Amino acid sequence: MSIDRRKFLKLAGLAGVGLGLSTSDLLFKGDAVASSSHSKAMAKERLAMVIDMRKFRTEEDYKRVIDACHSIHNVPTLIAEKNNPKNEVKWIWKDSYEHTFPDQSDDFHPEALKEKSFLLLCNHCDNPPCVRVCPTKATFKREDGLVIQDPHRCIGCRFCMAGCPYGSRSFNWVDPRLYLEKTDPAYPTRTMGVVEKCTFCVERLAKGLGPACAEQSNGGMVFGNLSDPNSEVRKLLASNYAIRRKPSLGTLPSVFYIIGGDENAG
Amino acid sequence: MLDKALTGSKRYWTLVFILLSLIGAGTLAYLYQFKNGLGVTGMSRDVSWGFYISQFTFLVGVAASAVMLVIPYYLHNYKKFGKIVILGEFLAVGAVTMCLLFIVVDMGQPMRMLNVILHPTPNSILFWDATVLNGYLFLNIVIGWATLHAEKKGLPPAGWVKPLIYLSIPWAVSIHTVTAFLYAGLPGRHFWLTAIMAARFLASAFAAGPALLIILALIVRKYSKFDAGNEAIQSIGKIVAYAMTANVFFIILELFTAFYSQIPGHMHAFQYLFVGLEGHSKLVPLMWTSAILAVVALVMLIPPSIRNKESNLVVACVAVFISLWIDKGFGLVIGGFVPNPFDGVTEYWPTLPETLITLGVWATGFLVLTILYKVAISVREELGTAGAEK
Repeated sequence: MSIDRRKFLKLAGLAGVGLGLSTSDLLFKGDAVASSSHSKAMAKERLAMVIDMRKFRTEEDYKRVIDACHSIHNVPTLIAEKNNPKNEVKWIWKDSYEHTFPDQSDDFHPEALKEKSFLLLCNHCDNPPCVRVCPTKATFKREDGLVIQDPHRCIGCRFCMAGCPYGSRSFNWVDPRLYLEKTDPAYPTRTMGVVEKCTFCVERLAKGLGPACAEQSNGGMVFGNLSDPNSEVRKLLASNYAIRRKPSLGTLPSVFYIIGGDENAG
Repeated sequence: MLDKALTGSKRYWTLVFILLSLIGAGTLAYLYQFKNGLGVTGMSRDVSWGFYISQFTFLVGVAASAVMLVIPYYLHNYKKFGKIVILGEFLAVGAVTMCLLFIVVDMGQPMRMLNVILHPTPNSILFWDATVLNGYLFLNIVIGWATLHAEKKGLPPAGWVKPLIYLSIPWAVSIHTVTAFLYAGLPGRHFWLTAIMAARFLASAFAAGPALLIILALIVRKYSKFDAGNEAIQSIGKIVAYAMTANVFFIILELFTAFYSQIPGHMHAFQYLFVGLEGHSKLVPLMWTSAILAVVALVMLIPPSIRNKESNLVVACVAVFISLWIDKGFGLVIGGFVPNPFDGVTEYWPTLPETLITLGVWATGFLVLTILYKVAISVREELGTAGAEK
């Protein structure tokens, strides 16, 4: 069988990629498509969130989604006030543009943007450093792209917190059960000494529901499959300019922000 | 041979009881932390590692430095290190003991620590760190004990010890390299994300460890008949001089890259540590102390005429040790968390329980060290080989 140069190079390239993937798999698990942001090799399902900041105008808009999350997940919100702010636990919260996008902030942005609050949560990265560093696989990535934390396996070493470039992870420095406004029996409370974070409402997804924050967002947060070109998230991304946090780090966040122009100034 | 640790002078027992009482205080503080959570420390959501992990990092270096005696003695047949090499190996045992304890007291769920073995995860550097540290502890206990035991019986060490000694050389390098990799592979932590981290770790280790060893050898000589020999101590002084020079050089390389490139993320941590950032400057006095001590140490170590005088060498070694303890046992870890992922500054300072636990762990390491040194010294005093070779 003869083989022309082009075919040979193609094969050699493929073999090289294969070799690279198989060896890198041992050390760098969790980064199947590490080098491209929307690779052809993308998984069948990759769940993602598009946050349309134009839809968040009043304090109430933020509070509704944050409370929805924290109340159903038994997040100990009273720690900051009754214990010590340094021991805070939070899954979704708001902060300024400058703090949300420190590498992309500019003195000459519109005042309204500089003053606007952004919602922060776990990015469920496609190439998550927290998963890479966890010594017990307590944090792992599911096939649908969700980055999940098993609080029963976590040894509390906090390597994932050092690894996360987004400050998305909280450690239970104190007993979280002492700082709950009220306990929702439908969701487990956590113990002291483990790490936790947003799960994209994995427990609700299992029941066919969407994330609680998205449900309360009046269309400001849209959840869906990034791999499906007909999904609502893809349509939003195709028709709006959206950015992600710290894109240069190669973590490939699954949370997108539509910043909008003057019209978001509310 | 352990029985030798059960008899000793009044001074020996005083030291043991001082260490035991520090361990007792540390244990009580640990029980308090165990009950109330790591919230009793100064660590926070933003500075999620503190004193414990930075002490661990520093002590890995002290442990690795035993190799600076093993290489000349076993690979280059440098006989002058014949007496002191055991002190280096036992120092490694004490230091690794502290390292492992510091990891345990830092864990939120220490009862689950076996999960690291039950669910081995090769993509986590922490898995490898646990592996190499335990291996290094084992190697140094076995090597130190076997060679001392043979010496006691007037025999050469058993044949199987040699391969373990050779293995311990790359292994020592590995423990500090892997520890550097804990930091150097994290995206978004600019202060740590530097290819020179492992090299810097090794250079500072080979300065701080041997410096401590000189101090220990001189203390041992003062209070027992065990004399490591002047020439050995001077040779180690030379090692400290070279390693400290390399370490300072590496830090200058870091400073150049950060401040010539002017990339904010690379400059911020240095700014925080040395001049303060956004009005936060808790570590500034400490870091300048470290920098000044480093310069003092180099001035005293580099010219042989100064270094060769033992009283000067001791001062230089104390300066090296304190300087590097601040740099690595404090600044390196805390500086890496500043600024936080939101470009803000959260400061850190250890609390009282945290300090007591830290002291308790150091006391445990020094108790192990005291007992092992006592055994080694007693064996040689009995053999009549403790004095300096003529």
